[in-house]
Amino acid sequence: MTTVEEQLLPSAEPVCLIDQNGVPHDHPSYRLPTKEALLDGYTQLIRGRRFNDQASALVRQGRLAVYPSSFGQEACQLAATMVLRDGDWLFPTYRDSVSIMSRGVDPIETLTLLRGDWHSGYDPYEHKVAPQATPLATQLPHAVGVAHAARLKGEDTVVMALVGDGGTSEGDFHEALNFAAVFQAPVVFFIQNNEYAISVPLSRQSAAPSLAHKGIGYGVPGERADGNDLAGLLAVLGQAVDKARAGEGPQLIEAHTYRVQAHTNADDASRYRQDDEVAPWLDRDPIERLTTYLEQQGWLDDDVRVTAEAGAVEVAAQLRDGLMPEPEVDPADLFAHLYAAETQQLQQQAAFLRDELAREEA
Amino acid sequence: MTHTKISMAQALNQALRDAMTADESVVMFGEDVGALGGVFRITDGLTAEFGDKRCFDTPLAEAGIVGMAVGMAMNGMRPVVEMQFDAFGYPAFEQVVSHVAKMRNRTRGRVQLPMVIRIPYGGGIGGVEHHSDSSESYFAHTPGLTVVTPATVADAYGLLRRAIEFPDPVVFMEPKKLYWAKEEVDLTESQPGIGTAVVRRDGADATLIAYGPAVPVALEAAEVAAAEGRQLTVVDLRSVVPFDDETVCAAVRRTGRAVVVAEASGFASVSSEIVARVTEKCFHSLAAPVRRVTAFDIPFPPPKLEKYQLPSVDRILDAVDDLQWEDS
Repeated sequence: MTTVEEQLLPSAEPVCLIDQNGVPHDHPSYRLPTKEALLDGYTQLIRGRRFNDQASALVRQGRLAVYPSSFGQEACQLAATMVLRDGDWLFPTYRDSVSIMSRGVDPIETLTLLRGDWHSGYDPYEHKVAPQATPLATQLPHAVGVAHAARLKGEDTVVMALVGDGGTSEGDFHEALNFAAVFQAPVVFFIQNNEYAISVPLSRQSAAPSLAHKGIGYGVPGERADGNDLAGLLAVLGQAVDKARAGEGPQLIEAHTYRVQAHTNADDASRYRQDDEVAPWLDRDPIERLTTYLEQQGWLDDDVRVTAEAGAVEVAAQLRDGLMPEPEVDPADLFAHLYAAETQQLQQQAAFLRDELAREEA
Repeated sequence: MTHTKISMAQALNQALRDAMTADESVVMFGEDVGALGGVFRITDGLTAEFGDKRCFDTPLAEAGIVGMAVGMAMNGMRPVVEMQFDAFGYPAFEQVVSHVAKMRNRTRGRVQLPMVIRIPYGGGIGGVEHHSDSSESYFAHTPGLTVVTPATVADAYGLLRRAIEFPDPVVFMEPKKLYWAKEEVDLTESQPGIGTAVVRRDGADATLIAYGPAVPVALEAAEVAAAEGRQLTVVDLRSVVPFDDETVCAAVRRTGRAVVVAEASGFASVSSEIVARVTEKCFHSLAAPVRRVTAFDIPFPPPKLEKYQLPSVDRILDAVDDLQWEDS
């Protein structure tokens, strides 16, 4: 018999099924994903890493206004979407472009926000991906609402709600967990704890033993996983999604990972952390350990490597080509999407701008 | 349908009941709205009639309430939420201004949020601290929101029905001091459109422009003024956003003089916006600067002092007297 507290508390150590040396480990509660899942994950990791690298390069070339990279966090990004079904929802933050892209959203539309063309470039209903949230944790109550509405309608939708370590300090994080628990909404709250909120380290966000421990206060089971181990993440998130779908209510998962690069290109990480802090995390890279494991299993044949590399080359080309032309932006759009029926006042302001532009052209 | 004598609270209750009957995607939730029927009884009987999946209590957290409504509206529902009191709605402010107001815009119209945020507001009921704010200006200032406030029993019913049917989010401000006054009404005839003001009383000499809890005070002042020989038009905005420039300006041009009456503090408020609009649009029709009767720029006072803060008939009449009827 386990106590209620034991059911709600996370594992003593983050779940890790393949360690940083590529060595597999048994776990009493989680099984290694299948060969097919790991090979698919490998292919997606290679593509996700290339997406991050290419997007960062395009910032330097002035093609993107800003890019918050998830370099080093790709296993979290991909596991979050690999465990979902088509009808499930994803609620991403600004650092989750790789998640969004892997959900099927067009890579260029994924970057509309960061390119500065519009706030959100994709149709949220097409792939069930909410607009990227730049305020912290405000998307979490929305995720609860989508999940609760789905339950009222008798659908078995699960909502994957992403948040960072800094976001767990916001009130909306706590209200969302509490609401989800009270209404038993099928939400998986997935914290990517990358140790930093811009410059502020985790120790200044929370004194809790882990962020996954925050679940117990709301009656939400918490679990923690090695955020650079795709195998462990797939197992832990997959189980959480299954439980939420089965009617067991919300789940809270914390991934321990690390923001290898600066917050964005506009940030200077050397002002608040030392290189020797970063170095050990490079050894825990999610791609290297999975590659080692797959090689040792004899599963990483040329076909897989070629397919993976082709996917990476394709996404890089998509970004380069898609972001190369100077985007067309239409000033009339400024007024087009505020209300179903444009107010008289907005019509007048739109006319003012049209006239102003006409005079400039004349 | 015959005329019945009911209160604004009952009319709002009936509007919710009728909306929930007409459309099963309408859900009502908030604090104490279930078994209790709301602290003002606006949701009285709804849980019993429709079940606790249609009208339900939530944890006590306003950002969570509004945030959950956003998600439910994204997923096919028409949520109506209650902020228990004006000033208790402030924890939801970020959700309202950053998400409720912007979702359509940031997604280029792909995500619409048909939802209503009901807010009992204003003073005049002897409420202690944080129970009497007029918070409409915060919402009116936020592009993407629609802000309406009824001043009559019939409008309360009709506006709430229209708000729930509206494709965009509506902040529905309920003047709580008008909750209990009864009127003879036929609810089926109540068809106020969102964005349309109404002339409550016609008079040739000056126009009083009011909304929400200030409307009955303006009408009373017009009654007294008539007895003293001055005929006043009274315009009830009903809809703060969208603003009905046409009705307001037509009245001002006809009368040449105007006083704006509002219960909120005056500085940087809906009332200052009205003065600016009227002055910009009707300058040559004006025989005098537009005056305002508003609350002082102070936090809403304790119950024993609130009478000094609220617009009164005398203050309105004094403002009308000041409209430069003769050169000094």
